Amino acid sequence: MDRRKFFKASLAGGAALATGAATCPAQARDNKPLPSEALGLLFDSTLCVGCKACVAACKEANGMPMEFSTKDQYWDTPLDISGKTLNVIKAYRDGKMEVKDREENGFAFIKKSCMHCVDPSCVSACPVSAMKKDPKTGVVTYDKDACIGCRYCVAACPFGVPRFTYDSATPQISKCQLCVHRHKDGKYAACAEVCPTGATLYGRVSVLREEARRRLAMKPGEMASFPRGHLRAAEEKVLQGAPQGKGAMQRAGWRVESDQSAYPNVAAKYLDHVYGEKEFGGTQMLMLSGVSFQKLGYPDLPPRSDAAASETIQHTLYGGLIAPIAVLGALTFIAKRNVKPEDEGGHHG
Amino acid sequence: MANHAHAPRPLGGSTFTPFTLLLGVLAAIAGVILVYRFINGLGAVTNLNDGYPWGIWIAYDVVVGSAFACGGYSMALLVYIFNKGQYHPLVRPALLASLFGYTLAGVSVIFDLGRWWNFWHIFWPGYAQVNSVMFEVAVCISAYIVVMWIEFSPAFLEKWGMKDVKQKLNKLLFFFIALGVLLPSMHQSSLGSLLVIFGQQIHPLWQSGMLLPVTYLLTAILLGFAVVIFEATLSSTGFKRQLETDVLAPLAKVMYLTLAAYVVLRVAEVLIRGALGTAFAATWQAFWFWVEMACFIVPLVTLASENARRSASKLFVGAVLLMLGGMLLRINGFLVGYMTGEGWNYFPSFAELMVTVGIIAFEILAYIYIVRNYPVLPAAQPATR
Amino acid sequence: MSETYIEETAEAAATVASRLRIDRREFMQFCAATATTLGLSSGAEAAIAKAVEKAKRPSVIWLHFQECTGCSESLLRAEHPTLEKLILDVISLDYHETLMAAAGHQAEAARKSAMKANKGKYILVVEGAIPTKQNGIYCKIGGHTAIDLLKECAADAAAVIAIGSCASWGGMPSTIPSIAGADSSPTGSSGVADVLGKPVVTIPGCPPNPYNFLATAVHFLTFGKLPDIDALGRPKFAYGRIIHEHCERRAHFDAGRFALEFGDEGHRKGYCLYKLGCKGPETYANCSTIGFGDVGESNWPVACGHPCIGCSEKGVGFTKPIHMTAQLKGMSPPASYPGVVEQQGKSSFASAAALAAIAGAAAGGAAMLAKNLGKQDEAQAPRKGE
Repeated sequence: MDRRKFFKASLAGGAALATGAATCPAQARDNKPLPSEALGLLFDSTLCVGCKACVAACKEANGMPMEFSTKDQYWDTPLDISGKTLNVIKAYRDGKMEVKDREENGFAFIKKSCMHCVDPSCVSACPVSAMKKDPKTGVVTYDKDACIGCRYCVAACPFGVPRFTYDSATPQISKCQLCVHRHKDGKYAACAEVCPTGATLYGRVSVLREEARRRLAMKPGEMASFPRGHLRAAEEKVLQGAPQGKGAMQRAGWRVESDQSAYPNVAAKYLDHVYGEKEFGGTQMLMLSGVSFQKLGYPDLPPRSDAAASETIQHTLYGGLIAPIAVLGALTFIAKRNVKPEDEGGHHG
Repeated sequence: MANHAHAPRPLGGSTFTPFTLLLGVLAAIAGVILVYRFINGLGAVTNLNDGYPWGIWIAYDVVVGSAFACGGYSMALLVYIFNKGQYHPLVRPALLASLFGYTLAGVSVIFDLGRWWNFWHIFWPGYAQVNSVMFEVAVCISAYIVVMWIEFSPAFLEKWGMKDVKQKLNKLLFFFIALGVLLPSMHQSSLGSLLVIFGQQIHPLWQSGMLLPVTYLLTAILLGFAVVIFEATLSSTGFKRQLETDVLAPLAKVMYLTLAAYVVLRVAEVLIRGALGTAFAATWQAFWFWVEMACFIVPLVTLASENARRSASKLFVGAVLLMLGGMLLRINGFLVGYMTGEGWNYFPSFAELMVTVGIIAFEILAYIYIVRNYPVLPAAQPATR
Repeated sequence: MSETYIEETAEAAATVASRLRIDRREFMQFCAATATTLGLSSGAEAAIAKAVEKAKRPSVIWLHFQECTGCSESLLRAEHPTLEKLILDVISLDYHETLMAAAGHQAEAARKSAMKANKGKYILVVEGAIPTKQNGIYCKIGGHTAIDLLKECAADAAAVIAIGSCASWGGMPSTIPSIAGADSSPTGSSGVADVLGKPVVTIPGCPPNPYNFLATAVHFLTFGKLPDIDALGRPKFAYGRIIHEHCERRAHFDAGRFALEFGDEGHRKGYCLYKLGCKGPETYANCSTIGFGDVGESNWPVACGHPCIGCSEKGVGFTKPIHMTAQLKGMSPPASYPGVVEQQGKSSFASAAALAAIAGAAAGGAAMLAKNLGKQDEAQAPRKGE
């Protein structure tokens, strides 16, 4: 074949690719927006006393087995979230561990469980829709009957949240689903329900963001009041307890209030940062802390979600299958000219 | 160049040699380990963990394995799209190697899937999630395996004497060839795109972002050429046949140009993203980056001249280095440069490794069996003239 | 322990037993209980027995100021041995306004003579807070203010022990009323240490556990010095740990099972009282381990279903409302808690070796092949030239 033909072929191929890419409808995909009634958690490291009530309650509410990291298998001692554990409290320790919520010679507690990203990598990564994000509440759920066990979600999550039961012949992914199975009974996330100090607070993300800002505005060292359990927006109806009971009318009506009594405590010195408000396109679990989040094991993430980047590529190349079909057309045209059935003999040579 | 001299013919000869026996034993060991894995779960056999949910079964068997199987793709691209008919004798053996490479890559995915019995969900409209790169890769690879079997079927049809079917197929073959070029372009680039969603979890030296599909596609084509040269050299030595230097030398030139394009792109891409600084840190990632780059740059130097490309030994060494470089790019991207957070360790377990070895052994064994019994390799004069 | 030592101990026990008119067994029980409260090693009860036998009964002067006599009352209910035996025979209680028979000038004289006779050797026990406003006019005994009495008695005492929260840090009388501008109690009630301007041993509690006082006194008898104390003067054996640490309801706290209202299901099931305002997590005392009333260790407020009010802790008891939840103290992470980074996953030597072997073999094979090919190249080279 001569040079001319070669270039013609190259040009044809290139043109086909270019048209494919150009005619493709997809624009760069932005981060997804926060669902209207997004539910989440607010974890305040400065309030956490490390009692692990949330770890125990999580296991009970989700029917998860015990996990042991010690030789004596007396009680549940998970090192990290895993196929058997959806939620852990980890300790940050430095030097003499004298003061809580201080980086140097201090200590702090940190919760690790699903962040319920606004634009989750796991949902974008899953090839079979086993990971789903509820369009209304934004809770990221997992369906083991759909799952093929490829673990792309495990690898993709920047927080390392979905975990896998490697020791089973019928394994599955384990991750926090914000106790969605309890919602129908008017209950909410078990971790928030049992938290004695309100360090883990459940509620709508919009309400929790307000609460986080309220805390950041507090004067360190002064007594303040912290809601516990479920922080309800004013318009939210009473979901628990007798609706006709004492004070029910008030609760259903006019102010943001938690279902449990408030926890009085001295306001801590917060870092001026609500982790999860901007990170990675936002997460529905928000965090406050006195110690840098990186020291607590949470990565410093850009505001754009990786799912947006990944889907931009996929939509550009494969949106509506326009580009592949255009390229296939061009390739077929070229191949038809160049391929001669072998039986008739006479290849180029 | 006489056409008929190159018409493919079965090689003949005995399938049972000490070498094939060894391969058989290795494949059998892998089989036993896999039975154990399906009964007791992935954890019983592999060192996989939640920090490294993907081990060598994905990084090597699937990602590298399918790239090594790009010989058929690269040759089809060259012969049928760029109409370089002189390479036609190389197409069928390359296609065979690709067929095995891809089929086994596809099968090894099943070994790695935790809930493998649900595999069909990928192709089922209610389940399929089209935004997923994994979905694209899985569908595309599966389709390509089917297309390749169709492309290769003339070899079987010839042997079984089904002339009618073969003729009908031959008339439609151009379409399958076009598909056979499109599909690998799609999924080989997508194997790179798999890493995009890992974001910061991939070391900056390998997180090329939007360019990942380009670098992976380019190296896949490059690897395709290198593998064809590698296999041609091996089979000429192994089956005591004349080395087709006249065909390989110009092919080497095409490979060289692809290589040059890749190296320019890769260096520019690392520089522009400002990731080069991390290559001078005292880390394993930096070390393996330089090894990987050396594997690309050394052939760029040694294969620069026409004479060098005519030298069987230099060409062979160059091809091997390029295969190594392409392999390292993928292993580095998926394992060495994958940093999911502090505290996680992974190195394949012995059993895990033996499965990979067994798969490779099985692949070689099947290749030997097919070329001895089916018309694949071009009939050529014995090495001794 | 040597034979002679055991014999000596037995002898000592017999002597004391006859002196106190209690049986030997009961006396040894007292010694053992005291040793246990003190957290001493086994064998210490023998040392205590010997000390009690040998020592001349030390003189004790017991002052009462702003108080309810609850501390004395609780002490009266100690049973190992019954306290009347202790105060009459183990120690010489020379002045105690509630217990002494004397009154008026007679009582004053008893105090003066005891102080004179045992100068520098007697133990001064103070019960009740000391009012300090207006030169302490709010509490006078025998025409002397509490401040003067305390200073006078403390001057020549071998040791000063403040019993109860009032004497320790002001206690209930020191509560600041919720009136605008109030910054102290109406009478300026203070603890002993504040008035004397030097640290003293404090046994806070409202009332304190009698055994904490007894053990402190007996420690002084046995070893000639007061037990180790913390920065607030509290003996470490009794106040070294937070109630929460050894609370029998602790498991419920750890598991997140809380009583939310008095009488609710959780309360009836014995769940943790933290959310009802239990101050156990911020109160240092051994209530959860030794209990009250000599009826076993499950007799104390929390065991009865009432949240701890933190009576022994300054700034907690009588200060924080009972329903207010506690701030957890001293909760630095236990060693068993997972760190932020934990080493996970494994790698094996065998596979590393195998991989190295495979790589080596492959490299060797490729090199051999390349060498052979090189030879072929050389062989072919001249032919090309032809």
